[in-house]
Amino acid sequence: MEDKTVICRCEDVTLEEIRTLIQEGFQTIDEIKRMCRCGMGPCQGRTCRAVVSQEISRATGLPLNEVKGPTFRQPIKPVKLGAFLGGDDDGK
Amino acid sequence: MANNMADAVIIGGGVHGCATAYYLAKAGCKRVVLLEKGYLASGGTGRSGAGIRHQFGTEINIRLSSAAVRMMENLEQELEYPRGISLMQKGYLIIAYTETQMEQFAKNVQLQREIDPENLTEILTTEEINRKLPFLNVEGVLGGTFNRRDGHANPFHVVQAFAEAAKRLGVDIRTFTEVVDIRTDQGKVTAVVTDKGEVIQTPVVVNCAGPHGAVVSKMAGVDIPLYPQRHQVAVTEPLEMFLPCMVLDFTHGTWFKQTPDGSLILGVGDPEHEVKEINQRCTWEFMKDVAEKMVFHIPRLKDVVVVRQWAGLYDMTPDSQAILGATPVEGFYLDVGWSGHGFQLGPIVGKIMAELISGQKPCIDVSCMSLERFEKGELIPEPNCV
Repeated sequence: MEDKTVICRCEDVTLEEIRTLIQEGFQTIDEIKRMCRCGMGPCQGRTCRAVVSQEISRATGLPLNEVKGPTFRQPIKPVKLGAFLGGDDDGK
Repeated sequence: MANNMADAVIIGGGVHGCATAYYLAKAGCKRVVLLEKGYLASGGTGRSGAGIRHQFGTEINIRLSSAAVRMMENLEQELEYPRGISLMQKGYLIIAYTETQMEQFAKNVQLQREIDPENLTEILTTEEINRKLPFLNVEGVLGGTFNRRDGHANPFHVVQAFAEAAKRLGVDIRTFTEVVDIRTDQGKVTAVVTDKGEVIQTPVVVNCAGPHGAVVSKMAGVDIPLYPQRHQVAVTEPLEMFLPCMVLDFTHGTWFKQTPDGSLILGVGDPEHEVKEINQRCTWEFMKDVAEKMVFHIPRLKDVVVVRQWAGLYDMTPDSQAILGATPVEGFYLDVGWSGHGFQLGPIVGKIMAELISGQKPCIDVSCMSLERFEKGELIPEPNCV
């Protein structure tokens, strides 16, 4: 992949930006996310998470499965606020 | 097992810890070590609403916040931080639904002006609020207060700005390093022990551990009345900028803002039901609660999409005020207990902590926030916080 390749399509973050941050010492997905918003958009990192993990792994020598992942949070898919209104769990 | 020496060890890599580290190093303290169990701003700072406001109701918070806003305004320059802290000073609105609140707000504004003649907080009528934010539902709103110099910033970058400036001054910042013990001898701090087995000899330890503040204090043999309390937040898809100011409502325990990237950050404080333990998981009950309350405030939000929830912990004290300064254990200092309004005060309090530790007269007298106040019964309840 080229440096200008967009890794996070929601937030327009390039591979170059990710590599720079890793070089600067941000070596967890959580830190990279907070520095450049990579993974903060509507898809919540579905596309970029794997690539960022691989980049961290490659730069640090840490096996991929030991790269610390982000916390998975609700909602799993984007949901309209209105969907939570009116009606209890029993459908009333 | 590594052995090392420090002049001061700071526990906690949030805004208070990083600011204290920076100002201590700036004051000439040579070997400052900062220990953070996660990454920088991974605790309360990074999970906060990151609001910045002059609008408080106690003298101490008004003095601190007036100074803090000015520091935030110059922070990027002072700390030479090229990424920027995304400071948005488009105002902060606090809305009232009861006469009691309106009376309190009038007192707050009077006190703010007495203490700081440059204070810009004004009382708004419901009509004025409606003109300012036409999409806001003002049903039941009696008025509010607004300060156009208030706003919000990006908490990660504020911390990073302090951390990078501190590193340039020689501060040793160690992330993913947890403190497991604090050693004392004859009533004095002597060392800090980490989970990596390091023993760092030091005459000074500063507890900036937020919701972990009581556990850390206990390691030094100091009991403090502090407990964690979970707060939750929802974040939406990015929208075109329409909400320039931050909004706070004590009646529903709600606050909301729009960040420069366009996302809305929606918070509800629910001290009655929220867990009071170290627990940062999210709940579905919160989603229903935040949806109801936010759609009430801004009806058109019902078609807006939530992309994520998060949770963070307040470090609560009996009067919702911080515990600052020295303790009965010589060399052990506290900067904890900010009870949900600590982010914005980080810069000024970091400076004050550095002054206290280096034996100077602090630029703002914070003695009313000492640990002793609980024994003496001299509480200073802050009326203006969630």
